Amino acid sequence: MTQGKASPDTESAVARTTPKSPRLGWDRGALSRRVTNLPKPAKWTLIGVLVVLLYLLPLLEIPILSTPDTDFGAVLFTVASYVLVALGLNVVLGYAGLLDLGYVGFYAVGAYTVAVLGSLQAQLSWWLLIPLAVVITTISGVLLGAPTLRVRGDYLAIVTLGFGEIIRLTALNTEWLGAAKGITGVPRPPSVELFELPHLQWEGATAVIDLDDKTKFLVFGVADQAPYYWLALTVIFIVLGADRMLRLSRVGRAWEATREDEDAAELMGVPTFKFKLLAFASGAFIGGLSGALFASRQGFINPESFQLLLSILFVAAVVVGGAGNRWGVIMGAIVVAYLPERFRGFEEWRLLVFGMALLILANFRPQGLIPPRRTRRAQAVDEQLDALEEGTDRVRDPRG
Amino acid sequence: MSFLFNNFVELTVTGLVLGAVYGLVALGYTLVYGVLQLINFAHSEVWMFGSFAAVWVTVALGVAPGSALPVVIGVLLLALLAAMTVSGGVALLLERVAYRRLIRLDAPKLVALISAIGASFALAEIMGLRDRVAGWIGLRDTLDPYVRSARDNTRFQNPLETEGLFTVGGYTVSNVDVIIIVSAVLMMVALDQFIRRTRTGRGIRAVAQDSEAAALMGVNRNRIIRATFLVGGIMAGAAALLYLMRFGVTRWNAGFLLGVKAFTAAVLGGIGNVRGALLGGFVLGLAENYGSALIGSEWRDVVAFLLLVVILLFRPTGLLGESLGRARA
Repeated sequence: MTQGKASPDTESAVARTTPKSPRLGWDRGALSRRVTNLPKPAKWTLIGVLVVLLYLLPLLEIPILSTPDTDFGAVLFTVASYVLVALGLNVVLGYAGLLDLGYVGFYAVGAYTVAVLGSLQAQLSWWLLIPLAVVITTISGVLLGAPTLRVRGDYLAIVTLGFGEIIRLTALNTEWLGAAKGITGVPRPPSVELFELPHLQWEGATAVIDLDDKTKFLVFGVADQAPYYWLALTVIFIVLGADRMLRLSRVGRAWEATREDEDAAELMGVPTFKFKLLAFASGAFIGGLSGALFASRQGFINPESFQLLLSILFVAAVVVGGAGNRWGVIMGAIVVAYLPERFRGFEEWRLLVFGMALLILANFRPQGLIPPRRTRRAQAVDEQLDALEEGTDRVRDPRG
Repeated sequence: MSFLFNNFVELTVTGLVLGAVYGLVALGYTLVYGVLQLINFAHSEVWMFGSFAAVWVTVALGVAPGSALPVVIGVLLLALLAAMTVSGGVALLLERVAYRRLIRLDAPKLVALISAIGASFALAEIMGLRDRVAGWIGLRDTLDPYVRSARDNTRFQNPLETEGLFTVGGYTVSNVDVIIIVSAVLMMVALDQFIRRTRTGRGIRAVAQDSEAAALMGVNRNRIIRATFLVGGIMAGAAALLYLMRFGVTRWNAGFLLGVKAFTAAVLGGIGNVRGALLGGFVLGLAENYGSALIGSEWRDVVAFLLLVVILLFRPTGLLGESLGRARA
């Protein structure tokens, strides 16, 4: 275990290659280096504690986090489904660099598959519906990607935006898909009642176990939303694992190369079109999964749930967090999904505040909340080159 | 099918009217894209603010329909002026708040898009909350006619009465129809000449062609960018008044769908291409009308988006190609 001890050598090497730059401000690597330098058992314990805490979140009802006006479990589920969507979109947008403004379309296809085949036109079992939804969404991703991915950058955004709207409007105008009135009675995940978990109740800084407020473990009902959150959280962990493996594999490197310079990647023998299609399909996979979970939590869907605005919020989540960094996009999704819920008391003002927050974040933190390490490295290298060329460490003003 | 043929003239004229509005709004997208290669997502809000400015002028002057012609013309011109001023102002504000810093930092396009999305949300919400904002500054009662029921449709009292002028193929073309189509074409010609013949227009073309070379040749890039936003905003203001004359109603969130359509028009005509914007607007307006007559009006937006997708797949640079920079001098 070479990383076991923080060796002064690697520390100084890091310091040499990443000089303090005026734009980056503080040394962002400190905390993450601290964590990776912990001994393995300590690291795993830390991760374990964090995971347990995340699962217990709806039971803890921590006062400053909890949403006063809506069921906290429901809010947590919403946040979790945004996180899932953001992870999926991150594959498309962050890894492969394809701006997809119609991502809500995949979300809708997943949700509609579950609703149509589980309630409206057939009564399939939930266990069959989820894989079916995922498969259908992935296929739709390939069908959509095959023609559109030949279109370059900005136009891709508009073509996908168009497709996202077409999917919603088709659902809105087709009787077979429930039209405007939507679909009710979407199957919920099957429940097993094992045991009951009490919630905490806070009075000031002291917590009491509240025995009147209990969550039945693994009953997917209407009132208590915590089990849906647990389900979504579990899915997130699985997706995170897959995401990590993909990112570190040949596929992940091919995506990165394609994103940085498509022509150079093609010349180096990367079949860029195939990899872009793969990114699109993987993104669709995760989006569909998220939509399927959303539909089975909601029990009811209609085209209103899949507005174009949602696509834009998803993109905002990814970019605000830092496209390409999975922890960043999780952070972004939390910001985008949680803040409006937390401040529901200011219902009227929340979208205004959200818009301004996006504006401020984009202007003062253009690289995202937690940018990918590569971006930071590239930025540092750019600035070094600038300093060499100009004999100054000030960033050149591109306005000329 | 028979519906299409029986109402062909009506569909064509209303399609052209709608297309004229799309085209004028599309100009804002096209100009900014030509110069900065950025999708100005908040341009729809520029249009929306202009439409409210026009409504407020008519509310303030309170002219009843059927007034004397000079009064009507005066009111409409004032409304036009107000809409253009407000839209131009909002466009400049947008450039200052949402873009300038990012342009200076040479930030990725995506970040600029997010910035514009944020600005778009904030602007729409401010309009939707205008009664509250007025309350904040203690003018809620004074401003009541302008800010009441902020979240509902706001009606525009057109001082000009709609009159039939002549009848073609069973449809009576109204004075409003003619005014809209003619003024859209006139404005387009004026803008085209502006871009071709004036010093600022030459600057815009130079920056669109190669912004660094233009800067080296002494073009003040920031001034050109501001001018581009201003011109786009003014056109959107004009589009707002024309839209209100025909459709008579606006709303705090009306910008979004119109903005998407106008952007579609810009891409259809070839984004970055000034003439293409109007052509794209007309094509889109007509296609929407014919399409919805053929397969039902609920598919109207699907027709618009399908057209966009098909054009982009088979002619990705639009009907006339991208050419703000390559326009002949």
